Amino acid sequence: MEQEIKLIDDDGKRLDGRKADELREIKIEAGVLHRAEGSCYLEWGNNKVVAAVYGPREAIPRHSQDPLKAIVRARYNMAAFSVDERKRPGPDRRSREISKVISEALEKVIITNKFPRAAIEVNIEVLEAEAGTRCAGLTAAGVALADAGIPMKDIPVACAAGKIGSKDNFGKKIGGNIVLDLGKQEDNFGDADLPIAISPRNGEILLLQMDGHLTVEEFDKALDLAIKGCNIISKLQKEALLQKYQVDVEAY
Amino acid sequence: MSREKREIVTPSQLLGDTNSSKAGRGTFIEKGKIYSERMGLLNKISDFINVIPLKGRYEPIEKDFVIGIIEEPLSSSWLVDINAPYPALLHTNEVPWDVEFGETDKYLNRGDSIMAKILDVGIEKNIQITLKDQKDHNLYKISGGYITNIEPSKVPRLIGKEGSMITLLKKYTKCRIHVGKNGRIWIKGENEKISKVLQVIKKIETESIYYGLTDRIEGLLKKDANEVQ
Repeated sequence: MEQEIKLIDDDGKRLDGRKADELREIKIEAGVLHRAEGSCYLEWGNNKVVAAVYGPREAIPRHSQDPLKAIVRARYNMAAFSVDERKRPGPDRRSREISKVISEALEKVIITNKFPRAAIEVNIEVLEAEAGTRCAGLTAAGVALADAGIPMKDIPVACAAGKIGSKDNFGKKIGGNIVLDLGKQEDNFGDADLPIAISPRNGEILLLQMDGHLTVEEFDKALDLAIKGCNIISKLQKEALLQKYQVDVEAY
Repeated sequence: MSREKREIVTPSQLLGDTNSSKAGRGTFIEKGKIYSERMGLLNKISDFINVIPLKGRYEPIEKDFVIGIIEEPLSSSWLVDINAPYPALLHTNEVPWDVEFGETDKYLNRGDSIMAKILDVGIEKNIQITLKDQKDHNLYKISGGYITNIEPSKVPRLIGKEGSMITLLKKYTKCRIHVGKNGRIWIKGENEKISKVLQVIKKIETESIYYGLTDRIEGLLKKDANEVQ
Protein backbone atom coordinates (compact mmCIF):
# COMPACT_ATOMS: atom_id res chain seq x y z
CA MET A 1 0.00 0.00 0.00
CA GLU A 2 1.07 3.50 -0.74
CA GLN A 3 2.37 5.46 2.14
CA GLU A 4 -0.23 7.66 3.73
CA ILE A 5 0.07 11.37 3.10
CA LYS A 6 1.05 13.30 6.15
CA LEU A 7 -1.71 15.88 6.37
CA ILE A 8 -0.30 17.90 9.22
CA ASP A 9 3.29 18.22 10.38
CA ASP A 10 4.62 18.38 13.90
CA ASP A 11 4.55 22.18 13.96
CA GLY A 12 0.83 22.09 13.24
CA LYS A 13 1.31 23.25 9.66
CA ARG A 14 -0.98 21.72 7.05
CA LEU A 15 -0.32 20.62 3.47
CA ASP A 16 -1.14 24.00 1.98
CA GLY A 17 0.76 25.84 4.70
CA ARG A 18 -2.24 26.86 6.75
CA LYS A 19 -2.42 26.70 10.54
CA ALA A 20 -5.11 24.58 12.20
CA ASP A 21 -7.52 27.48 12.65
CA GLU A 22 -6.94 29.21 9.32
CA LEU A 23 -9.43 29.47 6.48
CA ARG A 24 -8.67 29.23 2.80
CA GLU A 25 -8.80 32.49 0.90
CA ILE A 26 -12.35 33.67 0.23
CA LYS A 27 -13.55 36.15 -2.38
CA ILE A 28 -17.21 37.14 -2.60
CA GLU A 29 -18.87 39.28 -5.25
CA ALA A 30 -22.57 40.14 -5.16
CA GLY A 31 -24.84 40.88 -8.14
CA VAL A 32 -22.97 39.24 -11.01
CA LEU A 33 -25.94 38.00 -13.08
CA HIS A 34 -28.24 40.50 -14.75
CA ARG A 35 -31.31 38.39 -15.38
CA ALA A 36 -31.51 36.97 -11.87
CA GLU A 37 -33.18 38.89 -9.07
CA GLY A 38 -30.06 38.45 -6.97
CA SER A 39 -26.79 36.62 -7.46
CA CYS A 40 -23.37 35.97 -6.02
CA TYR A 41 -20.04 34.63 -7.21
CA LEU A 42 -17.84 33.08 -4.57
CA GLU A 43 -14.31 31.74 -4.60
CA TRP A 44 -13.24 29.71 -1.60
CA GLY A 45 -9.78 28.29 -2.09
CA ASN A 46 -10.19 26.53 -5.40
CA ASN A 47 -13.96 26.25 -5.10
CA LYS A 48 -15.79 28.43 -7.58
CA VAL A 49 -19.52 28.78 -7.06
CA VAL A 50 -22.28 30.91 -8.58
CA ALA A 51 -25.62 31.32 -6.84
CA ALA A 52 -28.70 32.90 -8.43
CA VAL A 53 -32.04 33.77 -6.84
CA TYR A 54 -35.31 33.97 -8.77
CA GLY A 55 -38.59 35.02 -7.28
CA PRO A 56 -40.65 35.24 -5.18
CA ARG A 57 -42.97 34.15 -7.93
CA GLU A 58 -46.03 31.95 -8.12
CA ALA A 59 -45.10 28.37 -7.26
CA ILE A 60 -45.52 25.91 -10.08
CA PRO A 61 -46.86 23.15 -10.05
CA ARG A 62 -49.84 24.46 -8.17
CA HIS A 63 -50.05 21.57 -5.71
CA SER A 64 -46.63 22.53 -4.36
CA GLN A 65 -47.96 25.91 -3.22
CA ASP A 66 -48.41 26.62 0.45
CA PRO A 67 -51.37 28.96 1.11
CA LEU A 68 -49.64 30.42 4.18
CA LYS A 69 -46.02 30.85 3.18
CA ALA A 70 -43.52 30.75 0.38
CA ILE A 71 -41.61 27.59 -0.39
CA VAL A 72 -37.86 27.71 -0.83
CA ARG A 73 -36.38 25.59 -3.55
CA ALA A 74 -32.62 25.38 -3.64
CA ARG A 75 -30.96 23.43 -6.38
CA TYR A 76 -27.34 22.44 -5.92
CA ASN A 77 -25.65 21.30 -9.09
CA MET A 78 -22.08 20.40 -9.91
CA ALA A 79 -20.92 21.18 -13.39
CA ALA A 80 -19.56 18.22 -15.37
CA PHE A 81 -16.16 19.93 -15.52
CA SER A 82 -16.03 20.87 -11.86
CA VAL A 83 -14.00 17.85 -10.75
CA ASP A 84 -10.89 16.05 -12.06
CA GLU A 85 -12.78 13.13 -13.51
CA ARG A 86 -15.80 14.25 -15.58
CA LYS A 87 -18.93 14.10 -13.46
CA ARG A 88 -21.98 12.62 -15.11
CA PRO A 89 -24.31 15.65 -15.42
CA GLY A 90 -27.69 15.84 -13.75
CA PRO A 91 -29.01 15.37 -10.25
CA ASP A 92 -27.70 12.39 -8.31
CA ARG A 93 -28.12 11.08 -4.79
CA ARG A 94 -25.52 13.42 -3.35
CA SER A 95 -26.67 16.63 -5.01
CA ARG A 96 -30.31 15.93 -4.15
CA GLU A 97 -29.38 15.53 -0.52
CA ILE A 98 -27.40 18.77 -0.53
CA SER A 99 -30.24 20.61 -2.29
CA LYS A 100 -32.60 19.43 0.42
CA VAL A 101 -30.46 20.42 3.40
CA ILE A 102 -29.65 23.81 1.85
CA SER A 103 -33.35 24.47 1.12
CA GLU A 104 -34.18 23.75 4.73
CA ALA A 105 -31.38 25.93 6.04
CA LEU A 106 -32.48 28.85 3.86
CA GLU A 107 -36.15 28.41 4.71
CA LYS A 108 -35.27 28.99 8.34
CA VAL A 109 -33.91 32.49 7.74
CA ILE A 110 -36.25 33.77 4.99
CA ILE A 111 -39.43 35.42 6.24
CA THR A 112 -41.60 33.11 4.15
CA ASN A 113 -45.02 34.13 5.45
CA LYS A 114 -44.75 37.41 3.54
CA PHE A 115 -45.26 35.60 0.25
CA PRO A 116 -48.05 33.03 0.46
CA ARG A 117 -48.36 30.68 -2.53
CA ALA A 118 -44.99 31.78 -3.90
CA ALA A 119 -41.73 30.01 -4.54
CA ILE A 120 -38.24 31.40 -4.03
CA GLU A 121 -35.79 29.57 -6.21
CA VAL A 122 -32.09 29.43 -5.47
CA ASN A 123 -29.78 27.88 -8.02
CA ILE A 124 -26.30 26.99 -6.87
CA GLU A 125 -23.88 26.01 -9.60
CA VAL A 126 -20.51 24.61 -8.66
CA LEU A 127 -18.03 25.49 -11.41
CA GLU A 128 -14.95 24.18 -9.69
CA ALA A 129 -14.93 21.88 -6.69
CA GLU A 130 -12.20 21.34 -4.16
CA ALA A 131 -13.89 20.30 -0.90
CA GLY A 132 -16.52 22.06 1.12
CA THR A 133 -18.75 22.98 -1.82
CA ARG A 134 -21.92 22.71 0.22
CA CYS A 135 -20.59 25.34 2.62
CA ALA A 136 -19.47 27.51 -0.28
CA GLY A 137 -22.86 27.06 -1.99
CA LEU A 138 -24.85 27.97 1.08
CA THR A 139 -22.66 31.00 1.82
CA ALA A 140 -23.11 32.21 -1.77
CA ALA A 141 -26.86 31.56 -1.60
CA GLY A 142 -27.08 33.75 1.50
CA VAL A 143 -25.46 36.69 -0.28
CA ALA A 144 -27.59 36.16 -3.39
CA LEU A 145 -30.79 36.20 -1.31
CA ALA A 146 -29.81 39.44 0.40
CA ASP A 147 -28.90 40.89 -3.00
CA ALA A 148 -32.36 39.93 -4.31
CA GLY A 149 -33.93 42.06 -1.57
CA ILE A 150 -35.78 39.15 -0.04
CA PRO A 151 -36.83 39.81 3.55
CA MET A 152 -34.84 37.56 5.84
CA LYS A 153 -33.94 37.31 9.50
CA ASP A 154 -30.26 36.76 8.86
CA ILE A 155 -27.69 36.03 6.18
CA PRO A 156 -26.88 32.34 6.58
CA VAL A 157 -23.24 31.35 6.54
CA ALA A 158 -21.57 27.95 6.45
CA CYS A 159 -18.14 26.57 7.27
CA ALA A 160 -16.65 23.20 8.04
CA ALA A 161 -14.25 21.83 10.61
CA GLY A 162 -12.76 18.37 10.76
CA LYS A 163 -10.19 16.03 12.15
CA ILE A 164 -7.02 15.06 10.32
CA GLY A 165 -3.75 13.26 10.94
CA SER A 166 -4.84 10.63 13.41
CA LYS A 167 -2.48 8.06 11.87
CA ASP A 168 1.27 8.41 11.66
CA ASN A 169 3.40 7.26 8.73
CA PHE A 170 3.21 3.66 9.83
CA GLY A 171 -0.53 3.56 10.20
CA LYS A 172 -0.33 3.71 13.95
CA LYS A 173 -3.09 5.64 15.68
CA ILE A 174 -2.15 8.95 17.30
CA GLY A 175 -4.26 11.80 18.62
CA GLY A 176 -5.21 13.71 15.50
CA ASN A 177 -5.84 17.42 15.09
CA ILE A 178 -9.08 19.37 14.88
CA VAL A 179 -8.72 21.83 12.01
CA LEU A 180 -10.84 24.44 10.31
CA ASP A 181 -12.02 24.31 6.68
CA LEU A 182 -10.72 21.06 5.22
CA GLY A 183 -8.91 21.14 1.88
CA LYS A 184 -9.17 18.49 -0.80
CA GLN A 185 -6.51 16.09 0.51
CA GLU A 186 -7.67 16.60 4.06
CA ASP A 187 -11.23 15.79 3.07
CA ASN A 188 -10.23 12.65 1.19
CA PHE A 189 -7.71 11.26 3.65
CA GLY A 190 -8.86 12.90 6.88
CA ASP A 191 -10.83 11.26 9.63
CA ALA A 192 -13.91 13.43 10.00
CA ASP A 193 -15.64 16.37 8.36
CA LEU A 194 -18.22 18.52 10.12
CA PRO A 195 -19.92 21.12 7.89
CA ILE A 196 -22.25 23.48 9.71
CA ALA A 197 -24.33 26.51 8.80
CA ILE A 198 -25.35 29.11 11.33
CA SER A 199 -27.39 32.23 11.61
CA PRO A 200 -24.60 34.51 12.86
CA ARG A 201 -26.87 36.99 14.64
CA ASN A 202 -27.98 34.52 17.28
CA GLY A 203 -25.74 31.54 16.64
CA GLU A 204 -28.61 29.27 15.71
CA ILE A 205 -27.52 26.16 13.81
CA LEU A 206 -29.22 25.79 10.43
CA LEU A 207 -27.34 22.78 9.10
CA LEU A 208 -25.09 20.22 10.69
CA GLN A 209 -23.75 17.13 9.03
CA MET A 210 -20.94 14.85 9.99
CA ASP A 211 -18.87 12.40 8.03
CA GLY A 212 -16.47 10.18 10.01
CA HIS A 213 -15.97 9.70 13.70
CA LEU A 214 -15.36 12.22 16.47
CA THR A 215 -15.42 11.83 20.22
CA VAL A 216 -17.70 14.15 22.18
CA GLU A 217 -14.76 16.39 23.17
CA GLU A 218 -13.50 16.51 19.59
CA PHE A 219 -16.99 17.30 18.35
CA ASP A 220 -17.36 20.21 20.75
CA LYS A 221 -13.99 21.54 19.73
CA ALA A 222 -14.75 21.19 16.02
CA LEU A 223 -18.14 22.88 16.42
CA ASP A 224 -16.62 25.85 18.23
CA LEU A 225 -13.95 26.15 15.57
CA ALA A 226 -16.47 25.98 12.73
CA ILE A 227 -18.66 28.64 14.36
CA LYS A 228 -15.60 30.85 14.67
CA GLY A 229 -14.97 30.34 10.94
CA CYS A 230 -18.59 31.16 10.13
CA ASN A 231 -18.36 34.47 11.96
CA ILE A 232 -15.30 35.46 9.94
CA ILE A 233 -17.03 34.60 6.66
CA SER A 234 -20.18 36.42 7.73
CA LYS A 235 -18.20 39.67 7.84
CA LEU A 236 -16.92 39.03 4.31
CA GLN A 237 -20.50 38.47 3.09
CA LYS A 238 -21.68 41.80 4.48
CA GLU A 239 -18.66 43.61 3.08
CA ALA A 240 -19.37 42.17 -0.37
CA LEU A 241 -22.99 43.32 -0.23
CA LEU A 242 -22.15 46.81 0.94
CA GLN A 243 -19.43 47.10 -1.66
CA LYS A 244 -21.80 46.19 -4.48
CA TYR A 245 -24.22 48.97 -3.62
CA GLN A 246 -21.43 51.46 -3.05
CA VAL A 247 -19.97 50.68 -6.52
CA ASP A 248 -23.40 50.99 -8.09
CA VAL A 249 -23.46 54.56 -6.92
CA GLU A 250 -19.90 55.56 -7.62
CA ALA A 251 -20.14 54.58 -11.29
CA TYR A 252 -21.93 57.87 -11.87
CA MET B 1 -24.21 70.41 -4.19
CA SER B 2 -24.64 67.95 -1.38
CA ARG B 3 -23.45 64.49 -2.21
CA GLU B 4 -24.17 63.19 1.24
CA LYS B 5 -24.95 59.53 1.31
CA ARG B 6 -27.56 57.67 3.28
CA GLU B 7 -26.57 54.68 5.36
CA ILE B 8 -26.92 51.29 3.70
CA VAL B 9 -27.89 48.44 5.98
CA THR B 10 -27.66 44.68 5.51
CA PRO B 11 -30.22 42.09 6.67
CA SER B 12 -30.03 41.30 10.40
CA GLN B 13 -28.19 44.52 11.19
CA LEU B 14 -29.05 45.84 14.65
CA LEU B 15 -30.88 49.18 14.33
CA GLY B 16 -32.12 49.94 17.84
CA ASP B 17 -34.31 48.66 20.61
CA THR B 18 -38.00 48.85 21.28
CA ASN B 19 -37.62 51.02 24.40
CA SER B 20 -36.30 54.03 22.55
CA SER B 21 -37.79 53.61 19.08
CA LYS B 22 -40.48 51.89 17.05
CA ALA B 23 -40.03 49.31 14.33
CA GLY B 24 -41.24 50.58 10.96
CA ARG B 25 -41.22 49.08 7.48
CA GLY B 26 -38.51 46.64 6.53
CA THR B 27 -37.63 45.73 10.10
CA PHE B 28 -38.44 43.00 12.56
CA ILE B 29 -38.30 42.70 16.33
CA GLU B 30 -36.65 39.95 18.30
CA LYS B 31 -36.18 40.01 22.05
CA GLY B 32 -36.81 43.75 22.25
CA LYS B 33 -34.27 44.63 19.59
CA ILE B 34 -35.01 46.00 16.14
CA TYR B 35 -33.21 44.47 13.16
CA SER B 36 -33.25 45.15 9.45
CA GLU B 37 -34.89 42.43 7.36
CA ARG B 38 -33.40 43.38 3.98
CA MET B 39 -30.75 45.32 2.10
CA GLY B 40 -31.85 48.91 2.17
CA LEU B 41 -31.42 52.49 3.22
CA LEU B 42 -31.84 53.46 6.84
CA ASN B 43 -34.57 56.02 7.32
CA LYS B 44 -35.51 57.42 10.71
CA ILE B 45 -38.69 59.44 10.95
CA SER B 46 -39.40 60.72 14.48
CA ASP B 47 -39.01 57.57 16.55
CA PHE B 48 -39.78 55.12 13.76
CA ILE B 49 -36.97 53.15 12.20
CA ASN B 50 -37.63 52.21 8.57
CA VAL B 51 -35.57 50.40 5.99
CA ILE B 52 -36.30 51.47 2.43
CA PRO B 53 -35.60 48.51 0.14
CA LEU B 54 -33.00 48.98 -2.59
CA LYS B 55 -34.21 46.03 -4.58
CA GLY B 56 -37.01 43.53 -4.51
CA ARG B 57 -40.30 42.58 -6.01
CA TYR B 58 -43.29 44.91 -6.05
CA GLU B 59 -45.65 44.24 -3.16
CA PRO B 60 -49.20 45.06 -4.25
CA ILE B 61 -51.19 47.42 -2.03
CA GLU B 62 -54.82 48.43 -2.50
CA LYS B 63 -55.47 51.56 -4.62
CA ASP B 64 -52.00 51.52 -6.15
CA PHE B 65 -51.76 52.68 -9.74
CA VAL B 66 -50.02 50.02 -11.81
CA ILE B 67 -49.17 49.28 -15.42
CA GLY B 68 -50.00 45.72 -16.36
CA ILE B 69 -49.46 43.47 -19.34
CA ILE B 70 -52.17 40.97 -20.24
CA GLU B 71 -50.95 37.42 -19.78
CA GLU B 72 -54.02 35.46 -20.73
CA PRO B 73 -57.65 36.20 -21.57
CA LEU B 74 -60.03 33.81 -19.75
CA SER B 75 -63.75 33.48 -20.49
CA SER B 76 -64.86 36.20 -18.09
CA SER B 77 -61.63 37.73 -16.91
CA TRP B 78 -58.01 38.40 -17.79
CA LEU B 79 -54.81 37.41 -16.05
CA VAL B 80 -52.51 40.42 -15.90
CA ASP B 81 -48.82 40.54 -15.11
CA ILE B 82 -48.23 43.50 -12.78
CA ASN B 83 -44.65 42.65 -11.81
CA ALA B 84 -45.82 41.19 -8.48
CA PRO B 85 -45.09 37.63 -7.36
CA TYR B 86 -48.57 36.66 -8.53
CA PRO B 87 -50.65 37.53 -11.63
CA ALA B 88 -53.60 39.86 -11.04
CA LEU B 89 -57.18 39.17 -12.07
CA LEU B 90 -59.14 41.70 -14.12
CA HIS B 91 -62.81 40.75 -14.20
CA THR B 92 -65.15 41.80 -17.03
CA ASN B 93 -67.25 43.70 -14.47
CA GLU B 94 -64.23 45.89 -13.85
CA VAL B 95 -63.78 47.18 -17.42
CA PRO B 96 -65.65 50.06 -19.04
CA TRP B 97 -66.86 47.89 -21.93
CA ASP B 98 -69.78 45.48 -22.15
CA VAL B 99 -68.00 42.19 -22.68
CA GLU B 100 -69.90 39.05 -23.74
CA PHE B 101 -68.99 35.81 -22.03
CA GLY B 102 -66.07 34.21 -23.86
CA GLU B 103 -65.27 37.28 -25.93
CA THR B 104 -62.66 38.80 -23.67
CA ASP B 105 -59.96 38.49 -26.31
CA LYS B 106 -61.81 40.95 -28.57
CA TYR B 107 -61.06 43.72 -26.09
CA LEU B 108 -57.75 42.87 -24.51
CA ASN B 109 -55.38 40.24 -25.77
CA ARG B 110 -52.07 38.76 -24.78
CA GLY B 111 -49.34 41.40 -24.77
CA ASP B 112 -51.65 44.40 -24.50
CA SER B 113 -50.78 46.90 -21.80
CA ILE B 114 -53.20 48.60 -19.47
CA MET B 115 -53.08 51.24 -16.79
CA ALA B 116 -55.05 49.91 -13.86
CA LYS B 117 -55.72 50.35 -10.21
CA ILE B 118 -55.49 47.63 -7.59
CA LEU B 119 -58.94 46.91 -6.27
CA ASP B 120 -58.23 44.35 -3.63
CA VAL B 121 -55.43 42.21 -2.25
CA GLY B 122 -56.71 39.11 -0.49
CA ILE B 123 -55.18 37.37 2.49
CA GLU B 124 -53.71 34.74 0.18
CA LYS B 125 -52.46 37.55 -2.04
CA ASN B 126 -55.14 37.09 -4.67
CA ILE B 127 -54.89 40.39 -6.51
CA GLN B 128 -57.82 42.04 -8.29
CA ILE B 129 -57.39 45.09 -10.46
CA THR B 130 -59.85 47.44 -12.10
CA LEU B 131 -60.10 49.77 -15.07
CA LYS B 132 -63.15 51.51 -13.61
CA ASP B 133 -62.79 54.32 -11.16
CA GLN B 134 -65.07 57.33 -10.94
CA LYS B 135 -62.37 59.66 -9.68
CA ASP B 136 -59.52 58.48 -11.83
CA HIS B 137 -59.76 58.93 -15.59
CA ASN B 138 -56.30 57.66 -16.24
CA LEU B 139 -57.23 53.99 -16.44
CA TYR B 140 -57.32 52.63 -19.96
CA LYS B 141 -55.65 50.43 -22.53
CA ILE B 142 -52.29 51.78 -23.64
CA SER B 143 -51.62 52.38 -27.31
CA GLY B 144 -48.28 53.57 -28.63
CA GLY B 145 -45.44 55.00 -26.59
CA TYR B 146 -42.74 53.16 -24.71
CA ILE B 147 -42.74 51.10 -21.52
CA THR B 148 -39.66 50.82 -19.36
CA ASN B 149 -38.97 49.22 -16.00
CA ILE B 150 -37.22 50.44 -12.88
CA GLU B 151 -36.86 48.93 -9.44
CA PRO B 152 -40.28 49.30 -7.76
CA SER B 153 -38.50 50.52 -4.62
CA LYS B 154 -37.22 53.55 -6.54
CA VAL B 155 -40.61 54.75 -7.78
CA PRO B 156 -41.09 57.27 -4.94
CA ARG B 157 -37.72 58.79 -5.82
CA LEU B 158 -38.72 59.16 -9.47
CA ILE B 159 -41.95 60.88 -8.50
CA GLY B 160 -40.24 63.12 -5.94
CA LYS B 161 -41.72 65.11 -3.09
CA GLU B 162 -45.34 65.86 -4.04
CA GLY B 163 -44.48 64.95 -7.62
CA SER B 164 -41.66 67.48 -7.95
CA MET B 165 -39.32 65.23 -9.93
CA ILE B 166 -41.89 63.91 -12.37
CA THR B 167 -43.40 67.35 -13.09
CA LEU B 168 -39.89 68.56 -13.80
CA LEU B 169 -39.38 65.75 -16.26
CA LYS B 170 -42.72 66.38 -17.96
CA LYS B 171 -42.07 70.13 -18.13
CA TYR B 172 -38.69 69.87 -19.85
CA THR B 173 -39.39 66.98 -22.21
CA LYS B 174 -43.06 67.59 -23.01
CA CYS B 175 -43.73 63.85 -22.83
CA ARG B 176 -46.70 62.13 -21.29
CA ILE B 177 -45.32 60.03 -18.46
CA HIS B 178 -47.25 57.65 -16.26
CA VAL B 179 -45.41 55.88 -13.46
CA GLY B 180 -46.92 52.69 -12.07
CA LYS B 181 -46.18 51.80 -8.48
CA ASN B 182 -44.99 48.43 -9.77
CA GLY B 183 -41.98 50.02 -11.47
CA ARG B 184 -43.34 50.19 -15.01
CA ILE B 185 -43.28 53.55 -16.71
CA TRP B 186 -45.20 54.50 -19.84
CA ILE B 187 -43.79 57.37 -21.87
CA LYS B 188 -45.37 58.90 -24.93
CA GLY B 189 -43.88 61.70 -26.98
CA GLU B 190 -41.31 62.40 -29.67
CA ASN B 191 -38.68 59.69 -30.06
CA GLU B 192 -35.74 61.91 -29.11
CA LYS B 193 -37.58 63.17 -26.08
CA ILE B 194 -38.35 59.60 -25.03
CA SER B 195 -34.69 58.67 -25.13
CA LYS B 196 -33.93 61.76 -23.05
CA VAL B 197 -36.51 60.67 -20.47
CA LEU B 198 -35.04 57.16 -20.39
CA GLN B 199 -31.59 58.60 -19.79
CA VAL B 200 -32.80 60.73 -16.90
CA ILE B 201 -34.73 57.81 -15.38
CA LYS B 202 -31.57 55.72 -15.47
CA LYS B 203 -29.69 58.47 -13.69
CA ILE B 204 -32.35 58.83 -11.04
CA GLU B 205 -32.35 55.10 -10.46
CA THR B 206 -28.60 54.83 -9.98
CA GLU B 207 -28.22 57.98 -7.89
CA SER B 208 -31.32 57.55 -5.81
CA ILE B 209 -29.42 57.16 -2.57
CA TYR B 210 -28.02 60.69 -2.58
CA TYR B 211 -29.69 63.74 -1.14
CA GLY B 212 -30.51 66.75 -3.32
CA LEU B 213 -31.16 64.72 -6.47
CA THR B 214 -34.05 66.82 -7.78
CA ASP B 215 -31.87 69.92 -8.03
CA ARG B 216 -29.19 68.09 -9.93
CA ILE B 217 -31.67 66.57 -12.36
CA GLU B 218 -33.15 70.01 -12.97
CA GLY B 219 -29.68 71.33 -13.72
CA LEU B 220 -29.13 68.54 -16.20
CA LEU B 221 -32.44 69.07 -17.96
CA LYS B 222 -31.91 72.83 -18.13
CA LYS B 223 -28.47 72.45 -19.64
CA ASP B 224 -29.83 70.20 -22.36
CA ALA B 225 -32.72 72.53 -23.06
CA ASN B 226 -30.25 75.38 -23.62
CA GLU B 227 -28.21 73.29 -26.00
CA VAL B 228 -31.24 72.60 -28.14
CA GLN B 229 -32.08 76.30 -28.38
